Amino acid sequence: MAAIEVLALHKTYQVGFWRKRPKIALKPLTLSVEEGEIFGFLGPNGAGKTTTLKMLMGLVFPTGGTARILGMELDDPRMKAQIGFLPEHPYFYDYLTARELLKYYGHLSGVEAKQLSQKTDVMLERVGLKDAACVQLRKFSKGMLQRVGIAQAILHDPKVVFLDEPMSGLDPMGRREVRNLIEELKAEGKTVFFSTHILSDAEALCDRVAIIHLGELRRVGAIAELTENIHSKVEIVWQGTVAPAAFKTMEAECHTAGDTTRAVIPEETQEAALEALRHERLRLISVTPVRTSLEDYFMAQLADRTETQAPTSSGQDRRAACPTPDKGQALSNVGRA
Amino acid sequence: MNSRIYYIATNTFREAVRDRVLYNLIAFALLLTGAAVLVGQISIEIEKLVVINLGLTAVSLFGIVIAIFIGIGLVSKEIDKRTLYTMLSRPVRRWEFIAGKFFGLAGTLVVNTLLMAVGVFAAVLYVSRHFAGSDASILTALYFIVLQFVIVTALALLFSSFSSPLLSAVFTFSLFVIGTFAEDLRGFAKLTHGLPGMLATAAAYVVPNFSALNVISQVAHGGPVSSELILYNTLYALVYAAAVLSAAVLIFERRNLK
Repeated sequence: MAAIEVLALHKTYQVGFWRKRPKIALKPLTLSVEEGEIFGFLGPNGAGKTTTLKMLMGLVFPTGGTARILGMELDDPRMKAQIGFLPEHPYFYDYLTARELLKYYGHLSGVEAKQLSQKTDVMLERVGLKDAACVQLRKFSKGMLQRVGIAQAILHDPKVVFLDEPMSGLDPMGRREVRNLIEELKAEGKTVFFSTHILSDAEALCDRVAIIHLGELRRVGAIAELTENIHSKVEIVWQGTVAPAAFKTMEAECHTAGDTTRAVIPEETQEAALEALRHERLRLISVTPVRTSLEDYFMAQLADRTETQAPTSSGQDRRAACPTPDKGQALSNVGRA
Repeated sequence: MNSRIYYIATNTFREAVRDRVLYNLIAFALLLTGAAVLVGQISIEIEKLVVINLGLTAVSLFGIVIAIFIGIGLVSKEIDKRTLYTMLSRPVRRWEFIAGKFFGLAGTLVVNTLLMAVGVFAAVLYVSRHFAGSDASILTALYFIVLQFVIVTALALLFSSFSSPLLSAVFTFSLFVIGTFAEDLRGFAKLTHGLPGMLATAAAYVVPNFSALNVISQVAHGGPVSSELILYNTLYALVYAAAVLSAAVLIFERRNLK
């Protein structure tokens, strides 16, 4: 059974004071998340990730469409007892201590009073807040609040956990801890649905991802599936501050640092590029395959959309042009073999 | 009361206590002590009347201020601070949240009033040296004041469920002032005819009748309060507050928490 089923869920807000006009926050969204899966919901800021999560949590009412979690309707309290939610930039009752907050939420989630104290202590230790258990939240740092947020989301042992930008505001150590925690949740058989715009996190954790942009779902699938059609690239590094003229036709992205130049070119142009370097008698330093990342796919998706909307701004413009020699100018002698 | 409402109510009470709302008791104690000492020196025979009047009016004013200024933030603050997100993603229904918030603030006001009541009786004892049988009516006046708080809390919660804290404060305070003159409004309605008369009558019965809940002057003069009035006022306050809370729930149930 799918843990989360979303069918044509969409949201349009009416904005404006006197003259109401529609603003589409989410176009019809259909997706399904299997039990035990880590599912990444990716998109830039304002893509519709938080709107989707809010609708699934019952905080915002959809304009149309339906969704079911664990086979139950979104307003079913039995379903809500089996899910956990960490909002983006979470705020909590800052007059409470971490222990008081977790106990309060535990009561509201229906955790039995007998088990609650023990569960609270275990959870505080798990998120590294054992020593701050009796400190009021108003004295917590952003990272500590994020940990409390994660603790309250999983305290009641939910089957499905929704995390909205869980790495936001965390230092590298904190991000690694959250990654480990998400992997632990998967190992415990829980379904994790998390939104992020930090692609490396998604790439490291997710079984599948959905990419959303401007309120529209672009693709859903495993990362390997999504990136298989992206053309592989190679990175060539040589000594010298200019590139052979042939590089201009290869869609090369060049970066010069000191007396070396690094160019990233499509894999199929590798032989021609090496031949050009040999021809110019430039000293080759390395040739390295560039792994096709989720970021490449993501940027390609966003670039497609941007080109559709604003034809003058293409992905090509962002590339660094290769420093080819002017007509008649000799190549730099530096680095000649 | 279901357990979720109970936990939300106790948390609301805890918030008020930790935000030092009960510190108003210090101001109240200072006011009453000063008044009792001063009145004892300048008044002849009417010390008790002045102290009861002043004490009960202070209880009412302090409580109304707390009811309005905490009540207007009960929902809007939770939305602004987004604390509501982690609350409503749990098996908590929206009406349970409203009910819990209401009982939490009402409970805070009852505790506050009880502590102030001790102060009022202490001041009465100080100026008259002993209690009289008619002093029991002070309890009735205090009870009516609590009924006022119940209505004001419900009104503040209603406005908080759809408007900003500032507007909620203006609306609630305006209704409190108009409601204080509800009997006059009803008298005026009887004197007018036609459409204005109908509008005035409707307004007179829609606004909360706080004047019927104010027996401070009567009690200060040692007058009794009839049991019929106690029953009528109790039913009136509970039905009125329930209607207002129902409206708050209806609005809040449909609200998108953007």
